Amino acid sequence: MIRFDQVIKRYRGSDEILRNVSFEIAAGELAFVTGHSGAGKSTLLKLMAGIERPSSGTVLIGNQNVSKLRPRMLPYLRRKFGLVFQDHKLLYDRNCFENVALPLYINGVTGQEAARRIRAALDKVGLLGKEKAMPITLSGGEQQRLAIARAVVSRPAILIADEPTGNLDEEYATDIMRLFHAFQQVGVTVIIATHDAHGIQSIPAKLLHLDHGKLTAS
Amino acid sequence: MKHWINQHTLVWRLVLSRILRAKLSTLMIWSVIGIALSLPAILYVVIDNLNQLAGQVKNEPQVSVFMKLDAEPATVEAFRKNLEQHKGIAKQQFVSKEVAWQEMQELSQNVASQLDRNPLPDAFFIEPKDHSPEAISQLQREIEGWPGVEHVLADADWAKRLYALLQLGQKAVLVLSGLLGFALVAVIGNTIRLQIATQREEIEVSKLIGATDGFIRRPFLYAGTLYGLGGSLIALLFVNGILTIFNLSVADLAELYGSSFILTLPGWEISLGVIACAVTLGWIGSYIAVNRSLARLNPN
Repeated sequence: MIRFDQVIKRYRGSDEILRNVSFEIAAGELAFVTGHSGAGKSTLLKLMAGIERPSSGTVLIGNQNVSKLRPRMLPYLRRKFGLVFQDHKLLYDRNCFENVALPLYINGVTGQEAARRIRAALDKVGLLGKEKAMPITLSGGEQQRLAIARAVVSRPAILIADEPTGNLDEEYATDIMRLFHAFQQVGVTVIIATHDAHGIQSIPAKLLHLDHGKLTAS
Repeated sequence: MKHWINQHTLVWRLVLSRILRAKLSTLMIWSVIGIALSLPAILYVVIDNLNQLAGQVKNEPQVSVFMKLDAEPATVEAFRKNLEQHKGIAKQQFVSKEVAWQEMQELSQNVASQLDRNPLPDAFFIEPKDHSPEAISQLQREIEGWPGVEHVLADADWAKRLYALLQLGQKAVLVLSGLLGFALVAVIGNTIRLQIATQREEIEVSKLIGATDGFIRRPFLYAGTLYGLGGSLIALLFVNGILTIFNLSVADLAELYGSSFILTLPGWEISLGVIACAVTLGWIGSYIAVNRSLARLNPN
């Protein structure tokens, strides 16, 4: 499903963020990307989703080589992913329902069909009663769950989350992890970057540990 | 197809609601565009009207010969024969003093009623074969020497001057349209740029979760097009209003000259042209603005 082959990423005027990273994640697998902050976890996820391009090496998603993809095809690659960002990236000028609607509108799904799927996604994350609420009125955990609802509403094959439990207390964090696990159970490939290793031991998963841009365990 | 229609109606609804929410600023930008468009449009209509007025004399230089008031009919008849035999003359038309008097009475009764007798002379209107200014002035000098002639008027010069002036006016319209068109692109582009700034987060998120550039561009292009459309409608309102006000004075002025000339309001071709221009410029302005901000979001 996802294959990295000797991937190097460096930004202009910086050291290598990722050094010769190679690994493979199979379809339907659950993978954790761990490591200290600044180890290159976010960069790794951005390379997967086609938000960044590798400086060298190949990134294969499905059978598509991301580095050789024409820029105009990038949006279609990104639609295969559900992305949960470190800072949620919710839109605070519209309510929960409209936030979740965005990926569907981008895919050209509107009207009744969209409404049905939006409610299904909100239901899955336990926010069905709050579809009219504005995101700013939600707690941190609820905002994270709203971000997850937006990520899964267009039923992506791959779900990528960057520090989804970063700012949450333990109870909320376990909650969120259980949610991701549930998605993996129904066949979604789930990749989660997290800096705290505890709380993930209970779930059988692939581990990608980064240390200063080098993959030390996989 | 259904998705496509859904998506476009959705975008139109979004754009319209945004425009209606910012009523005052929308009205402001429409007015700015309207004023910028109406300036060259008014100038164009005025010049076009003058062009039509000058149309009759513009292409056919005419030599007018006025006979002495006391010229005998025999002298006039001899003069007419001379003209017929002259090799340099293509056409000639005789207007007797009686016919001229009648025409004048019909055209402007005010003036005619104040005169107790016919002040008009017999006249010949000649079209020379050679239209060059030299040939015309030579003909003018030649005829001036013939018996019974009071005055010979060659209107080629002032016709040419008027024609040159009108051409200058047309160039001025072109230059003014070009400059104001450029200003229009800048104004609309800048407005869209400000809108993009307030929706940066939305654009960024949309882009990250797989929106194509077209999807992101669409609402802004529609907005730019609407700005152009609204602005051009206001411009047409201005143009028609201002020309109607002008016409009150033009009619008075024309009446003093015994003419019923008024400025013709722009027809549907010109109106459509103004609308099409504004819509296109609005589209271009917003396209440039959106593309610049999209370029900043693309990965390198």
